[in-house]
Amino acid sequence: MGNWVVNHWFSVLFLAVWLGLNVFLFVDAFLKYETADRYYYTRKILGSTLACARASALCLNFNSMLILLPVCRSLLSFLRGTCSFCSRTLRKQLDHNLTFHKLVAYMICLHTAIHIIAHLFNFDRYSRSRQATDGSLVSILSSLSHDETKGGSWLNPIQFRNMTVEYVTFTSIAGLTGVIMTIALILMVTSATEFIRRSYFEVFWYTHHLFIFYILGLGIHGIGGIVRGQTEESINEGHPHKCAEYFEMWNNHDCRCRRPEFEGQPPESWKWILAPVILYICERILRFYRSQQKVVITKVVMHPSKVLELQMNKRGFSMEVGQYIFVNCPSISPLEWHPFTLTSAPEEDFFSIHIRAAGDWTENLIRAFEQQYSPIPRIEVDGPFGTASEDVFQYEVAVLVGAGIGVTPFASILKSIWYKFQCADHNLKTKKIYFYWICRETGAFSWFNDLLTSLEKEMEELGKVGFLNYRLFLTGWDSNIVGHAALNFDKATDILTGLKQKTSFGRPMWDNEFSTIATSHPKSVVGVFLCGPQTLAKSLRKCCHRYSSLDPRKVQFYFNKENF
Amino acid sequence: MGQIEWAMWANEQALASGLILITGGIVATAGRFTQWYFGAYSIVAGVFVCLLEYPRGKRKKGSTMERWGQKYMTSVVKLFGPLTRNYYVRAVLHLLLSVPAGFLLATILGTACLAIASGIYLLAAVRGEQWTPIEPKPRERPQIGGTIKQPPSNPPPRPPAEARKKPSEEEEATAAGGSPGGPQANPIPVTDEVV
Repeated sequence: MGNWVVNHWFSVLFLAVWLGLNVFLFVDAFLKYETADRYYYTRKILGSTLACARASALCLNFNSMLILLPVCRSLLSFLRGTCSFCSRTLRKQLDHNLTFHKLVAYMICLHTAIHIIAHLFNFDRYSRSRQATDGSLVSILSSLSHDETKGGSWLNPIQFRNMTVEYVTFTSIAGLTGVIMTIALILMVTSATEFIRRSYFEVFWYTHHLFIFYILGLGIHGIGGIVRGQTEESINEGHPHKCAEYFEMWNNHDCRCRRPEFEGQPPESWKWILAPVILYICERILRFYRSQQKVVITKVVMHPSKVLELQMNKRGFSMEVGQYIFVNCPSISPLEWHPFTLTSAPEEDFFSIHIRAAGDWTENLIRAFEQQYSPIPRIEVDGPFGTASEDVFQYEVAVLVGAGIGVTPFASILKSIWYKFQCADHNLKTKKIYFYWICRETGAFSWFNDLLTSLEKEMEELGKVGFLNYRLFLTGWDSNIVGHAALNFDKATDILTGLKQKTSFGRPMWDNEFSTIATSHPKSVVGVFLCGPQTLAKSLRKCCHRYSSLDPRKVQFYFNKENF
Repeated sequence: MGQIEWAMWANEQALASGLILITGGIVATAGRFTQWYFGAYSIVAGVFVCLLEYPRGKRKKGSTMERWGQKYMTSVVKLFGPLTRNYYVRAVLHLLLSVPAGFLLATILGTACLAIASGIYLLAAVRGEQWTPIEPKPRERPQIGGTIKQPPSNPPPRPPAEARKKPSEEEEATAAGGSPGGPQANPIPVTDEVV
């Protein structure tokens, strides 16, 4: 428990502040509308649901402001870059941007529900008071005319007795935009569930652009001024506390109390969302501008098991280890951008990605590149964007775990190490790297084998055999493979991969690995980096907590996960 | 976008619509809005839609994540055969169910969402998709000792009797101090340690 707190204190603090602000804004607005004199008469008709609706509206404004910020990738990368002097914990927070985006979205859904339910009650009460003929306060208030010439300033938006609430909803700007916004929100949420996102990414990506309707609707939602409060001068003439009981005599000329006058609230949503919208528009313009720059494909390699390697060049492109880019191929799909980790090192004069066939777009891309006789399709690139792998060289000891195609960010890191040793870079803070590669079949990653072989050789030549400690785990094994391995036990190199390090079968026993590392490096800070499935992340995170000692001077494991 | 199974998204949308119908219906009934009996209908329709849509169908390609506890509803939904398998039926059913809820403001959102779900189901039906239940995999009984390989029952092939006799004669000869030779030449004298 202690370790969890040490590793997550910043996230907890951040979320607590966010939740606290939400609660504060809600309660503050609720009390304001429950007690203010301006809304005395409005409350007579509507009751507490007025305050409910307004409080949730304020929270909706607040969260709509926040929702666009975590998806401004370029802004986050920029913050990450400029904050290199910031502590590790602060930068790790930027990795959780998508989680925060989802949390804010859930909060928006919750407040939308509260807001709609409150307004349903409001409309019903307005409708009833319009229909009331008993001469009560509410019926008199409701009959205040909409006619501007008579100096009338109305309170009840339902003008005529036979107007239904549905009519008012669909003919007022607030109602219509509300319905459009809510439907857009629901469609966005149902297409963004984990299942749909992972299985049919395009549905999620295109539907999520309905947020444009949401933002536009939010901007003009309050224009009609349906929320009415008494004007200042009307309150000065006759304070509601004094005049409310004499409502029957408002029409009499000799009564001191006049008919109250009301004015609408000006829209305020636009004030909240203007800045993030501008930031997001800049972000999209920047992405578009970067994507228009020419990308030259220098080499195309088809690896076995349908893995395509593209080596490219782009003017002004500079990367760090483990970053990713978004790739678009206009001939396959003009609007889709898909993320891929860069597998080349910053020291190389090109940048490369390895693409595995995993769905519609990737399969079409690989097929397009396989055509021998047609020209190479044009590629657009946006990025690079930074993720946790950039931090690998900040740790004295790094544990890199790649599962399946998740090995790609580490390809970049290991290549970079290769180059650093070539140039005899002794400033490297990292003293030891433990690399675990877990995959179902080695055929898919034979391209990575070459890299490991050349690294092995280089380490031997430089006499630094202890620097890189790697182990390969093959999880999709059967008795045939094991039989072969057993027969060739005495050979110096592994029969499957040709590497000096023998392949292990099955999954790694993390407890053993972590305790070995903890005992060999009792005083170091160890960074654990994973690119792989959620279940593996859970076990690694648990091990990190278990084997980090509570004493901050002794061994500490910090867990970092890539997420796409 | 060739491989998208629209029915999966329609399913999520319909499930959400069911929940929205229930919520709108509860609000209308509890608040005793005008024509609140539409709200009561909405609750019933919402519950029905949720129960029908809860079991997720099986994807054509790849593995499908089951919803928690969906196997009970799967067996019920399976019973209706073509009525639940066919997505045209579902599209029409959802459209019809959504109409009465459209008369009340509190439930009109549910109507809109269910109508959209109906539209997506229509698209799925046009593309020939069908609802297939996710069958529980028959549990393979772990065969105790099934992977233990028995030792060979036959002895390994041996050379014919004459060849076999020779080493024993040689042994007698070496025991008597003779020169080493024959099929097996041991540089160091070998003693048989088996008792």
